[in-house]
Amino acid sequence: MDVMPKWAEVVLVPLISLLLAAVISALVILAIGEDPIAAASLMVEGAVGSVRGWGYTLYYATNFIFTGLAVAVAFHARLFNIGGEGQAMLGGLGVALALLYVPWPHWTIGLIAATGMAAAFGALWALIPAYLQAKRGSHIVITTIMFNFIASALLIWMLNEFLKPVGSQDPASARFATHLDLPTLNGWLASMGIKASKDDSVNVTFLVALACAVGVWVLMWKTRLGYEIRAFGHSESAAKYAGINPVKITVVAMLISGGLAGLMGINTVMGEAERLVLNSTEGAGFIGIAVALMGRSHPLGVVIAAILFGFLYQGGAELALWTSIPRELIVVIQALVILFTGALDNMVRMPLERMFLASKRRREAAKPERKPVEPAE
Amino acid sequence: MTLMTKFLGAVAGVALSAGAALAEPALIFDLGGKFDKSFNEAAFNGAQRWAEETGGTFREIELQSEAQREQALRRFAEAGANPVITTGFAFADPVNAVAGDYPDTKFVNIDGWMPEVPANVQLIGFQEHQGSYLVGMMAAMASKSGKVGFIGGMDIPLIRHFGCGYAQGAKAVNPDIEVIANMTGTTPSAWNDPVKGSELTKAQISQGADVIYAAAGGTGVGVLQTAADENILSIGVDSNQNHLHPGKVLTSMLKRVDVAVYDSMKAGVDMETGGFTTLGLAEDGVGVAMDENNAELVSADMKAAVEEARQKIIDGELEVVAYYANDSCPALDF
Repeated sequence: MDVMPKWAEVVLVPLISLLLAAVISALVILAIGEDPIAAASLMVEGAVGSVRGWGYTLYYATNFIFTGLAVAVAFHARLFNIGGEGQAMLGGLGVALALLYVPWPHWTIGLIAATGMAAAFGALWALIPAYLQAKRGSHIVITTIMFNFIASALLIWMLNEFLKPVGSQDPASARFATHLDLPTLNGWLASMGIKASKDDSVNVTFLVALACAVGVWVLMWKTRLGYEIRAFGHSESAAKYAGINPVKITVVAMLISGGLAGLMGINTVMGEAERLVLNSTEGAGFIGIAVALMGRSHPLGVVIAAILFGFLYQGGAELALWTSIPRELIVVIQALVILFTGALDNMVRMPLERMFLASKRRREAAKPERKPVEPAE
Repeated sequence: MTLMTKFLGAVAGVALSAGAALAEPALIFDLGGKFDKSFNEAAFNGAQRWAEETGGTFREIELQSEAQREQALRRFAEAGANPVITTGFAFADPVNAVAGDYPDTKFVNIDGWMPEVPANVQLIGFQEHQGSYLVGMMAAMASKSGKVGFIGGMDIPLIRHFGCGYAQGAKAVNPDIEVIANMTGTTPSAWNDPVKGSELTKAQISQGADVIYAAAGGTGVGVLQTAADENILSIGVDSNQNHLHPGKVLTSMLKRVDVAVYDSMKAGVDMETGGFTTLGLAEDGVGVAMDENNAELVSADMKAAVEEARQKIIDGELEVVAYYANDSCPALDF
């Protein structure tokens, strides 16, 4: 079964895919008359060459860890949750409601409340599609994507009618109380006497995301529920035969998935914007699909893929700032990486497998000749 | 090792070129994108005109994500760009938050609102309802069916503000007129969805509308196109869009974002800040576009009526109710 050693599977395949994406991107940049080497170094320097760059890279990564985990958990139950976007929107709404209307004394308590509300709202938004799938057989792909639009309409209605401060034209809530600002990496470095920027980028939510990744790993591989979810995902009929309740597993897996997606709201709403803006999710729910695919639905893979996508986002932002490469082309570069690592994975995997298989055969064929044939006695 | 030095060299080069960009103005476009043929493009045109006239250069960025707002403001301010001009109300809050950290940099926000304006920030607003009132009058006078349409972008107060002025103008001419209003969507993609704009136009035509006003950014391109194909009149917005379909676009509601950007760049670091600038009919900040492309469509009566109303609004004899006044519109239900 395992034709490739683990290291090739985990490191070599994604690396070659990334290289291919980089080469094609370089050709694209050349074609519009820009210098690909300068562009690449600008991206690297902008995303990981400074405290500020790291701050934003990890900020974006935090979002993608949450949504990637959300998609991954549902994947294990063979449910394709593409409603992460809407669930994250609702999570953000939950965070805003928690922080606007209750005067929490300290950010730690605010964070706990926000976490609870975000997870609850996200899970609630996943519950209806989950119920429809489990009881009525309405396909989860269709219902979750429809719920993204409903979430968007609900959000703009809430903002316009209830949350917008009087006089403002911007459909966004008021700012939360300043003592509820989450501590950021930049703030922490500054307090240590290290010069850092003042951006509200990566914050304690990153640690929450890492904790969630560990939690998902424990859940999926160390608990009975996780085993049931995976068994259900492998074969529904076998799971049923083993006494696993398909309705329960569908609903529970989607609730966990929706809750994880909703948690993204803490990062964007409480951590970065410190208010609820209309566009706070900006596609992270969909990026989560690519992150889960690339991370092979394993929490560790999701974290690594999320950081890579964070790098692409932040590097792309730097390109937009300092070059005249249009933003459409930056999207093309990002899309090429998704294409090669996610969709065209087999293009790299299959020749590699053949290579490893051939070398294994050669080794096996060579083995008997080299073996000493002397009898022991 | 050599690779490392090369890399560091490239980094240093970038840092140097960023540092050398002192006192260039910077222009940050909102998520709609630079070439929306409308709001952001008007800003770009203003900057371009400044660059051509003075031979200066400016920095620019088209945003891709919300988190880039604060980042772009800080990066431009730290690179020495001055003034930093932002388009769109969504920048008001980030500018407000960032401005205090860069007291020597001047920030401009077009369309924004803040409860208190920091000393180094200038807000520029437009009286869109006044301009929309005038095009509403023209729409009602040009309409034969007694039904006119309004297609907005995203359903936000600013766009209701446009629609409200338009409906008031139409009803001033013909109290029985029916105003059919639709919004393109509830997500930011509503600013750039010409296909949906085209569908809405067809829907409004089938309901009897024969003049349609599009206040929808890039979506409006689809509205104007379909209106021209179906042989009815349309009204453009923000930039002068009369030339897009000569003889088919009744007029355009001009919002002179280009003038605001041009003036800000021209004033440069000496710009006055710390308050609101409101550009209405009196300042020619808003108005109706009259050129050779729509000359045949605009009758002498129309011209006279618009001119009269314009003067009355400037003199304060005629008040166009702003949607913001109490978040509702006397002439149109949304």
